Amino acid sequence: MEVIAAQLFAGASIGSVLLLAALGLSLTFGQMGVINMAHGEFMMAGAYTAFVLRGLIGDPNISLPLALVVGFGVGGLLGLILHRSLLSRMHNRPLDTLLVTWGVALVLQQLARDIFGAPNVDVPAPTWLAGPITVFGIGFPKARVFIIVLAVAAVVGISLVLTRTALGRRIRAVSQNRDLAEVSGISSPRTDDLTFFIGSGIAGLAGVALTLLGSVGPTLGQNYIVDAFLVVVVGGLGRVKGAVIAAFGLGVLQAFVELSLGASLAKVLVLLAVVAFLQIRPQGLVTIRTRSLA
Amino acid sequence: MNTFRSLWATTWFRLLVGLAIGIVVLFVLAPAGLSDFRLSLLARFLCVAMVAVGIGLAWGQGGMLVMGQGVFFGLGAYLMAMHLKLADAGPGGVPDFMLLYGTGELPVWWEPLRSPAVTVILIVALPALVAGVLGYLIFRRAVRGAYFAILSQALVAAFAILLIGQQQTTGGTNGLNGFRGFFGYDLNDPANQRMLYFIAAAVLVGMVLIVWQLRRSRFGELLVAVRDQENRTRFLGYNPALVKTVAYVIAAVFAAIGGALFVPIVGIISPADVGVVPSIAFLAGVAIGGRATLLGPVLGSIAVSAAGSGLSETFPAAWTYFQGAVFILVVGFLPGGLAELVGRVRRLPARRRLRPDPTTASTTGITSGIDAPGPDTERIHA
Amino acid sequence: MKVPAIDVGELGEAIRPEFVRQDYLEVRNLRVSFGGFVAVDGIDLTVVQGELRFLIGPNGAGKTTVVDALTGLVPATGDAAFGGVPLLGRKVHRIARAGVGRTFQTASVIEDLTVEQNLDLAAGAGRSPLSLLRARRRPPESVEQVLEGIGLADLRHRRAGILAHGQKQWLEIGMLLAQNSRLLLLDEPVAGMNAEERAQTGELLRRIAELRTVIVVEHDMEFLRAYADSVTVMHRGRILAEGSVAEVQADPEVIEVYLGHPAEEEAALIAAEQAAAYEQNPEENNA
Repeated sequence: MEVIAAQLFAGASIGSVLLLAALGLSLTFGQMGVINMAHGEFMMAGAYTAFVLRGLIGDPNISLPLALVVGFGVGGLLGLILHRSLLSRMHNRPLDTLLVTWGVALVLQQLARDIFGAPNVDVPAPTWLAGPITVFGIGFPKARVFIIVLAVAAVVGISLVLTRTALGRRIRAVSQNRDLAEVSGISSPRTDDLTFFIGSGIAGLAGVALTLLGSVGPTLGQNYIVDAFLVVVVGGLGRVKGAVIAAFGLGVLQAFVELSLGASLAKVLVLLAVVAFLQIRPQGLVTIRTRSLA
Repeated sequence: MNTFRSLWATTWFRLLVGLAIGIVVLFVLAPAGLSDFRLSLLARFLCVAMVAVGIGLAWGQGGMLVMGQGVFFGLGAYLMAMHLKLADAGPGGVPDFMLLYGTGELPVWWEPLRSPAVTVILIVALPALVAGVLGYLIFRRAVRGAYFAILSQALVAAFAILLIGQQQTTGGTNGLNGFRGFFGYDLNDPANQRMLYFIAAAVLVGMVLIVWQLRRSRFGELLVAVRDQENRTRFLGYNPALVKTVAYVIAAVFAAIGGALFVPIVGIISPADVGVVPSIAFLAGVAIGGRATLLGPVLGSIAVSAAGSGLSETFPAAWTYFQGAVFILVVGFLPGGLAELVGRVRRLPARRRLRPDPTTASTTGITSGIDAPGPDTERIHA
Repeated sequence: MKVPAIDVGELGEAIRPEFVRQDYLEVRNLRVSFGGFVAVDGIDLTVVQGELRFLIGPNGAGKTTVVDALTGLVPATGDAAFGGVPLLGRKVHRIARAGVGRTFQTASVIEDLTVEQNLDLAAGAGRSPLSLLRARRRPPESVEQVLEGIGLADLRHRRAGILAHGQKQWLEIGMLLAQNSRLLLLDEPVAGMNAEERAQTGELLRRIAELRTVIVVEHDMEFLRAYADSVTVMHRGRILAEGSVAEVQADPEVIEVYLGHPAEEEAALIAAEQAAAYEQNPEENNA
């Protein structure tokens, strides 16, 4: 019983990190069909933001909450620049955006190496996140609980933005029918910019959260990007709900397989599970528009 | 001059000229002009170029962005490396690293690789099987475009993690190295290293010829059709999943052969050569050279490898920036690669000469052939 | 089996199926639903070779969905058989090989290949793997005849992508002939054509219908009156009326929902054009 609870928690913890990494991707992928391989580097930028703020302020109790806000802004700004300068010209070429943003990722990684050095750096956690919370005699690390809460908050926030605000309506309109939205007076480039800002901002946020789990290095984002994309693939195009289910599903799966077979085989099995899943349910991924057969 | 031009218009003639140039450069000029060290370096580039030839077929012709060719390169390389380790250890022997990290007992799945014949067969068959099964499962459900690219990348990520995790049986992060012989030949002998270069060059030429034939065959046309109008080909009675799988398998086998030859030439294979990053790096040369052309991927790949080996050691930072810039500039602004640039320059004067008459396209109607009665009016079919 | 004596023109070779026989399409109680929405609500349809059948109806009537169901694109219940071969529940490419071909509202030829390559590809679904690996020396005889028949012989080496809109539609029809489809389902084949092109297309379809089974989904009433042998009118997923053009035009129910109301017809046309325009948008979301 205790083992199961512990693994469920581990799964939720992995899932929450995956979700934070995938949420923004799902948003930008869903709306624009743009695959942003530099998304992981935006996370890395968020993590280094936390590192820099900690250096400036000194007290992690204050710097971490501040870093969450600033990290969101840094990630968002990077995304905005990337979209404005490159991706806005490439909406019809999704595969090419994949490689172009990979190029951007390489450049950002090297920039981080040149600025902060190649070795990893540590960001101390605030004292209010040290130690475990004990429930029913089982200890849960506070930092991981905090990340789960953060992921849930991000999901709620995104859902509220999408369903309750004018911006959300515009985003949904553009992602469903770009031309119709344009005709109805919605500026799709502006909406795209904003979507990219928000999506990349969440990446920055995720990066700040990751400093609680380990040290920060230039290739931090690389470790998460592949898994985050798998979440998007399983979850379906731009569906927040799908991303949530997929992230926690894959997280729990990985936690349990890891327990019995070890981490490396777990990765392989998770991938095979994704391929198997696509056999049963490709609907989320495939839409054939019959009249035009595009 | 005129006869040359008309000869040039035939694909056969161009093939012969290209082949002649390629053979002279690869088999005469390079061995004569390069030191043993440089020649061995070139041999290594040729192995990487083999991966690029396959990518050109799958991505350029077939539209499948294969981001995980490291899996197949790695399968070929590790199979070869395992065999070489076993051969070095002698009959019944166990590779040195296993005594170091593991129990000193040989895992069952290493056993078949003692046989050279089995190794050679597996180098082709195993990647073909993996690519065939996985590819068909994925393509059958019409998973394509970016989704396929992501899955292929996830595959290579999982592969690299698996290799690192199984240190006792795969050498882990260190990989496999320290090979002494290659099917009975001493790898320290420079003459044998030159022989390996010639093998690599001949194999690469063979692969280019195969792709040349595939591109001009009906299969090549079908592949383009599936790339541009996958669903349309389905309504024509083709199974696009099968077409794509065939191209994917060919690309995988080419990559595996490249990997298998890489091992004796370079002397080491490790997860760092087959992971996510090197897999995408394979694409750089293809993108630069021109993904949709026959020779673009080969030349681009060799050029990138050469630039990399020059730059990456002396200015590693500059090399990373350069790679990033290549992806951003070439893919973003010159998707056809340098071949597109060459083509544009070459077409400039031609376009001025031969501007098509815009009226011809619209005036031809459905008239010919409809009203003329045929000779077989009375024929009855049973 | 009685074999009809047929007057075959030069095009005859191209439009003649390999085995001439009296084929017919039989559809019984065909139902298609998407989630809760019933797009096709139990229709019966019989179309025999030799008649040029038009399928009409206001937007959303379910016409294209019927074609989708018959070609395996959307799952459907009921029965549908062509020439005795059941169609429902089979894979798209299997149905195509059983002799059922279709076109789309927006011409979907393979733009990077030449006209001749497009037709050759269509003719070759049954080729052996080995012959696929060989280069194409000369296209088969059937492709030559189709090229003549659809009037694109002079443009055979042009890239299909640069053809005019009408020519692409002809090429699509030609691909069905080369493919040797015996049941042709044409989705708005004359959309976007000028009067002369429409007339040519109409003549072509008439000739094809002599030897093959043809169903044309159309919005263009002018075209319908000129070329239809018989008409099926759909409305909200059901069949409203069936018969000759005159019969259908006289049907009070049809007049009510569709025909004879010039303003409504106009509106339907505009709506159809708008719908087509949306669907043509190149927003490739790559799925």
